[in-house]
Amino acid sequence: MDALVSLAIGTLVATGVYLLLRPRTVSVVYGVMLLSYAANLFILVMGRLTTGAPALIHDQATRYADPLPQALVLTAIVIGFGMAAFLLVLALRAQADHETDHVDGEEGDR
Amino acid sequence: MNHWIVAPILLPLLTAIILVAAKGATLRVQRVLSLAAALASLGLAALLVSLAAEGGVQVYRLGDWPYAYGITLVLDRLSAMMVLLTAALALPSLLYAAQGADAAGRHFHALFQLQLMGINGAFLTGDLFNLFVFFEILLIASYGLLLFGGGKARSRAGIQYVVLNLAGSSLFLIAVGLIYGATGSLNMADIAVRVAEAGPEQQTLLRTGAFLLVVVFGLKAAAVPLAFWLPNAYAVASAPVAALFAIMTKVGVYAILRVFTLVFGLDGVDIAGAVAAWLIPVGLATMVIGNAAAMIETRLRRQIGWLLIGSVGIMLVVVGLLDVQSIASGLYYLIHSTLLAAGLFLLADLVARQRGAASDHLQAGLPIAQVTLLGILFFVGATAYAGLPPFSGFLGKAIILQATREAALAPWIWTVVLVTSMFAVIGLARAGSRLFWNVLPGVSEARPASFAAVLPAILLIASSPLLVGLAGPVVEYVTATAVQIGQPHLYVEQVLGRVAAGQ
Repeated sequence: MDALVSLAIGTLVATGVYLLLRPRTVSVVYGVMLLSYAANLFILVMGRLTTGAPALIHDQATRYADPLPQALVLTAIVIGFGMAAFLLVLALRAQADHETDHVDGEEGDR
Repeated sequence: MNHWIVAPILLPLLTAIILVAAKGATLRVQRVLSLAAALASLGLAALLVSLAAEGGVQVYRLGDWPYAYGITLVLDRLSAMMVLLTAALALPSLLYAAQGADAAGRHFHALFQLQLMGINGAFLTGDLFNLFVFFEILLIASYGLLLFGGGKARSRAGIQYVVLNLAGSSLFLIAVGLIYGATGSLNMADIAVRVAEAGPEQQTLLRTGAFLLVVVFGLKAAAVPLAFWLPNAYAVASAPVAALFAIMTKVGVYAILRVFTLVFGLDGVDIAGAVAAWLIPVGLATMVIGNAAAMIETRLRRQIGWLLIGSVGIMLVVVGLLDVQSIASGLYYLIHSTLLAAGLFLLADLVARQRGAASDHLQAGLPIAQVTLLGILFFVGATAYAGLPPFSGFLGKAIILQATREAALAPWIWTVVLVTSMFAVIGLARAGSRLFWNVLPGVSEARPASFAAVLPAILLIASSPLLVGLAGPVVEYVTATAVQIGQPHLYVEQVLGRVAAGQ
C-alpha cells in the first residue's frame, strides 16, 4: 500500500506542477487543486498508514490510526475547496476583463 | 491565564462579523465601527506590550485544554511588538481608506478587520498548524482587499498573487506534515523539545520540513528569488491596502525568526544553522535586486515595492546571523521600514492623484497642487527610507552595521548595505526630481487633498523622526526582545511546564 500511496502523491504533484506552469488560467486552477490534494494525502500519510484501525477509542481495538492528521486534512480540504471556488470565479472574472484566459491577461508569443 | 491575550484576535473578528451582518449600515456607520475597533486594538496592543515587558512569556490555552490537545496562544515580547506594529499601521491605513477608497465596493471594512485578525493570530499562535490557518485567513482577506475596486490591472495581478500563494499554502501543508511525521506534534514548543531529542533517522524529514518552511515564509516575506510578485501586486492594490500590506512581508520575516529560533532553536540542533547559512546570501541578493530594481523603476508605487523587498533582504541577513545584537538591530529596522513604507504608499497615491494623466509614472507631468506639503513629506520619507541622516533609516542601518561588525561575513554585509543604500538614494532622488520638478506647462485640475487625507501619511512618515527621538526606549525594548528570543528554553518551559503542573 505504501508504494501505491506514494505513487498517487507523486502523480498528483507531477500533474499539478505541470498544469500550474501552463499559460491558461483553467489549467492553472486545476494545477493548484491537484497540488492541494497531494498535500492533503501527504499529511494523511504522515500519520502513518494503517488499515482497519479505528481513529476513535473503541473497546475491541488493539491499535489505532492517528486521528490528528485526519482532523488537519479536514481543515485543509475545507480551505482548499473554498479557495478553488474563489479562484475559479476570479479566473472567469479575469477572462471577462481581458477577453482572454491567458494568465498574463494578453496572448504571449507563440 | 490572562484573557487579554486572545483579544487582538477576537476584537477584529467580532467587528468583521458585525460589519457583515449589518447589511443596511451606511458606509459612515461602517467607518466609525471599523475605526473604533482599530483604535481599541491599538490600546489593546499597547496593553499587551506592557504585559509582555514585565511578565515574560505568557501562555493562553483556549478552552483550558492541555497543550497536546488544544490550541495555545503565546504572548512574548516579539509577538506583542508585532501586534502593536500592526495596530499602529492599521489605524492610519483605515483613516486614509475612509477618505473614499473604501467606497469602491462593498465589505471593505469587514475584509480589513479579517485581515487584521489573521495577522494578529499569526503573531500570537504557538502552534504550527494554526500558523497555517491564520496565514490562510490573512491571505484570503488579502485576496479580497487586493481585488477591491476591480479593474483589469487588479484581476490580472490578483490571479497571479492568488495562485502563487495557494501553491505556497500547499508547500506549507507538506512542510507541516513532514515535521508532524518526524515529531508527532504541532505545538511549536513541543516540537522544539522533540527536535532536540530526535534521532538521526528523523533528520532527513526534519531538514526537508525546515527548508520547505523557509521557502514558504520566503515567499510571504518576498525574498529573492520569490519576490517578483510583490511590486505588481502592491502597485495595483488601492493605497490603504498597499499600506496595510507593508506588514505582510514582515509576517514572513516573523515566521522565519520564530521557527528558526524556537522550533529548531534549542541547544544541540544544527538545522537552524544550516538554514541560517542560506538566509544570509539570500538576504544579500534580495537587497541588491530590490534596491537595484528600485533605481531603474519607472513608476513610484512599484519603486516603493522594490524598496520594500530591499528592506526585507536586510532583515533576512540579520535574522540569519542568529545573535542577540543582530536580531535586535533587525527588529528596530523592521519597525522603521514597515511604518515608513506604508507612509510612502499613501503619499504616492496623494501625489499620483494631483499629477493628471502622468499619475505615478516617473516622467514629466502637471504641477502638483500641494507641492510644498507633499514635497516635504516625500523628502523626509525618501531620506529616511534610503538611510540618510538624521532619520530612523540611518539610525537603523548604523545599528545593523555595528551589530554585524564581528560576523564572519561582515565585509560582504557592510559592502552590500552601503552600496544598496546608494542605489536607493539614486532611485529616490530621481523619483523626487521627476515628480516635483519636471513639470509640464498647465495647471492640474485635481483638487488639493484635504487635511484628513494627508494626515495618515503625515502620521506614518512622522514615525521616522519619532523613532529617532524614542530610540533609547525602542532599542532597549528590541534588545530585551532579542535576548528573550535567544532563550527559547524559557518559552518552552512556559508552554509545557504549566501543563505538567496542571495534570
